[in-house]
Amino acid sequence: MIPFNFAYYRPDTLKEAADIFSELQSQGKSAVYYAGGSEIISMSRTGSVHPDALIDIKSIPECGLLTVDKERLHIGSACTLSRIRESNLFALLGLACGRIADHTNQCRITLGGNLCGSIIYRETSLPLLLSDADVSLYGPQGERRIPFRSVFNIRMRLKPGEMMVQIHVPRWALSARHCHIKKTANEKIDYPLTSAAALWKDGILRIAFSGVCSYPFRSEQIESVLSDKTKTIAERVKQAAKMLPESAYAGVEGSGEYRLFLFENTLTELLEGGENAQT
Amino acid sequence: MLRHERKAVISLQINGETHEVMARPSDLLLDVLREQLGLTAAKPGCLNGDCGACTVIVDGRPMKSCLMLAVEAQGHEILTVEGLGGTAPIQKAFIDADAFQCGYCTSGFLMVCHAMMIRYPVMPEECVIEEWLQSNICRCTSYQEIRRAVRRMYELSTDRR
Repeated sequence: MIPFNFAYYRPDTLKEAADIFSELQSQGKSAVYYAGGSEIISMSRTGSVHPDALIDIKSIPECGLLTVDKERLHIGSACTLSRIRESNLFALLGLACGRIADHTNQCRITLGGNLCGSIIYRETSLPLLLSDADVSLYGPQGERRIPFRSVFNIRMRLKPGEMMVQIHVPRWALSARHCHIKKTANEKIDYPLTSAAALWKDGILRIAFSGVCSYPFRSEQIESVLSDKTKTIAERVKQAAKMLPESAYAGVEGSGEYRLFLFENTLTELLEGGENAQT
Repeated sequence: MLRHERKAVISLQINGETHEVMARPSDLLLDVLREQLGLTAAKPGCLNGDCGACTVIVDGRPMKSCLMLAVEAQGHEILTVEGLGGTAPIQKAFIDADAFQCGYCTSGFLMVCHAMMIRYPVMPEECVIEEWLQSNICRCTSYQEIRRAVRRMYELSTDRR
């Protein structure tokens, strides 16, 4: 049971959603945008959050869109992980979606929730950081469309009252050569100790990580080091391990040292597999 | 725009019937099913979306009812174990395969397996079965028997055709 009351709104348009957000804000009430809701419900139950109102965006057509045109794949923020995965439209994102939580929860968790929630791993960000994706946002100040990498820095940097509407992925990324490796302490469905997503554009490696640090990141420095074929794989991996943006994350599931060990192990696996695939 | 600002009557489609209940916007579907409608098959377990004991089927998909608000369920088709009527292949399969001990997790597993058969009318690969079953926990560790029950469910559904 959630031990307090909140109001529930289900707008049919983006404007209605932004308007009700502004209206609630002007009344001094806290409102949150809501899609899958698993995090908001569980955190409300334990008293970690106390929203006055939820604004459910699942009935807004733009947020439920999943379609591909001549140039890009468009994914609404309220699309569930299972829907994205089953569509098989973006192979690398599908792999990432298939390793977040368990299957039943994948039918509930949305792309927007995974990216904008408070759980630090945000694993759907990895393919988006690699693929030159754009993001559409909508809020009381109107609509904007910007590169995903410019708004995702450790977490989504949204303006007050702004919601994520869609992700737009260029077609080249949808079927580009890719690799996804996730290592967990116990079950497949656990949080990652290290998760790596790799995408090759024109034969050049791009790579992003979750789990090894306290936030997901893409590092062009690490990409450059890993692509230096004048060095052995072991040398490249050791050098990459010194280039993390912060100390390896020490959490309940694994120590920093263990995550770093798995980071090196993952990179070795990826480079050996990747380079074999190239020959 | 749908608005629920306080406790009000909402209409839910459950097991093919329309039910009207008084619910707060913050009431969980699980609590409304159990406490207002007496549909107690869905069980409260972890209440955190981890154990799967509260699983129901919403629009053909498995859903943890502890992570869904009752107000959200308006306009959707909800199926609980009571709606299987004792005649679904998975129910006989669980008996044939001795797939329960204490029984607390059974309703949730029944719904996941039934949803699997909706999604995959023909038995999918073992890795798919494993992935779907990973959504639920059996503390009596009847996992091997539950897996056998899935295979039996598909045998029984084939016999029916």
